[in-house]
Amino acid sequence: MVPDAAFASYYGRPVIKASPWEKDIPAYLFLGGLAAGSSLLGAGADLTGRAGLRRSGRLGAAVAVGVGSAALVHDLGRPARFLNMLRVAKPTSPMSVGTWILTAYAPAAGLAAGAELRNLLPHRLGRVAGVLGALERPAGILAALLAPALASYTAVLLADTATPSWHEAHRHMPFVFVGSAAAAAGGLGVLATPADQAGPARRMAIGGVALELAAGHRMERAMGLAAEPLGAGVAGRLLRTSKVLLTAGSLGSALVARRSRIAAVACGVSLLAGSLCTRLAIFEAGQASALDPKYTVVPQRQRLESLLLADEHACSATVQGEPKEPSGS
Amino acid sequence: MSEAVDPARAAGWIDPPPRKGFFTDTSICIGCKACEVACKEWNGVPEDGLLSMLGSSYDNTGALGASTWRHVAFVEQRSPTDPGETGRPGDFRWLMSSDVCKHCTYAACLDVCPTGSLFRTEFGTVVVQDDVCNGCGYCVPACPFGVIDRRIGEQGARNVGIAQKCTLCYDRLGAGSAPACAQACPTQSIQFGDVDELRERAAGRLAALHDAGMAEARLYGEDPGDGIGGAGAMFLLLDDPEVYGLPPDPVVSTRDLPVMWRRAGLAALTLLAGAAAAFVGGSS
Repeated sequence: MVPDAAFASYYGRPVIKASPWEKDIPAYLFLGGLAAGSSLLGAGADLTGRAGLRRSGRLGAAVAVGVGSAALVHDLGRPARFLNMLRVAKPTSPMSVGTWILTAYAPAAGLAAGAELRNLLPHRLGRVAGVLGALERPAGILAALLAPALASYTAVLLADTATPSWHEAHRHMPFVFVGSAAAAAGGLGVLATPADQAGPARRMAIGGVALELAAGHRMERAMGLAAEPLGAGVAGRLLRTSKVLLTAGSLGSALVARRSRIAAVACGVSLLAGSLCTRLAIFEAGQASALDPKYTVVPQRQRLESLLLADEHACSATVQGEPKEPSGS
Repeated sequence: MSEAVDPARAAGWIDPPPRKGFFTDTSICIGCKACEVACKEWNGVPEDGLLSMLGSSYDNTGALGASTWRHVAFVEQRSPTDPGETGRPGDFRWLMSSDVCKHCTYAACLDVCPTGSLFRTEFGTVVVQDDVCNGCGYCVPACPFGVIDRRIGEQGARNVGIAQKCTLCYDRLGAGSAPACAQACPTQSIQFGDVDELRERAAGRLAALHDAGMAEARLYGEDPGDGIGGAGAMFLLLDDPEVYGLPPDPVVSTRDLPVMWRRAGLAALTLLAGAAAAFVGGSS
């Protein structure tokens, strides 16, 4: 299936550099997705009168985006300079775009979650509670409208690099990531919400898993040689685990989560873990693809050779077509 | 070849000086590493933490990185010019090449930098502003050549935690001097100058070598029509680029960015619609 991968390299050393990112980044990919999906569930529950689902969605979103943002700052080489991200707005930098999405989203999600906790405020802060009460719906809806961008931009963040297994996935990874976000948030909803209110969470989880698995399948088919690291080593084990967990969580949500609390918790955990495994797998596959020069050199060499072939074809066609002007070279 | 873009002008400089760059003619490199030393001395680049024998000929530097801005590669091989009919193995030959940041016309590191730390100078080069970079590391996987990296070392040491690479000696250029590596090169393997003129010089040298029977000579990074819009630092090589650890057909990742944003937008709408459907359908 994969063509012969004989290739030259410089002592087998990598041609490109793997990202210097630690586990903070795949953790953020997961938490950002979880937050995004949870905001959507929270806003939907708010508008349809499901108080339990609204609460779990809003609180889950705020905690996830808070921890996720902290992970992002922690991963910086100079964490104290994290505000430098706000010096510029650059559409050519997915990280800059993401920073601004996050900067708009996080306060809205925080406000909506704060409103859930306003009854815990001491009595003398009644005015604060009043303001929170007035803002909770608009804030929750704003967060939900920004959420899909938060869930999908992270795929562009990875794909806009020279890392073969990220870049070659650029057409399909956004769909894998929003599917994964929906699966995770649906899982949290199933886990943390009474069964009679968790219908939308179950449906979101089932739909998310279906989208993630389908888009993931298409992604692997489209990546050529760069798909190989997704099936090998740590990344391969993580991806296989993710598929099992997501399928189990999705089936469980469809069949048993409504009837048994224990089953609902198990489904939720399985969906959350499955989503996390997907993010870790894609992250690790990219790192592995950068460290092996094969994934950089072989596709580029094949591209050059097919161009050369096409050129020769065009040349010989021209020469045959115009016999009066034999060309020197 | 397509029309050459002036990156300084494209970045908004008004009446910039001619674009500056390198032409590294590896056919006359003697592997002395004076460039590596001069670069470290002038730019105050610290030891890279790899004081070890790498087992790769005379190359114990390894690769370009945050604390290695010039890297001399050593390749030992049988000469491909061996006629073959004799049945005897060809002559042994050295390939030596001093690698450096390519200062791409379309620079992925600069495109993806979220703080504006990486910028395009009036000379068309790409430089990190040390006091702005917050060490997000995005430029590292973005570079199609594996040049830029985040410096590791003791906390508090110079520029640890931030992205570092060749500046084409921005400070020296401003004062009208040549970069330290080019100045130190004893064979003029590293030539500094205006990119337009270096392209002509490279083409001339290639023709001379071809006339002399060295059919394996080829240029690298000189074509403005390539995937990075042509490099500011071009090379004359005597074998395939990958033999020297260079990518054979590098492409700036941001070339596909419009497609990526479109697909991400479509995915985002899918999520929004799916979430709405989750509340509309079903009974509970």
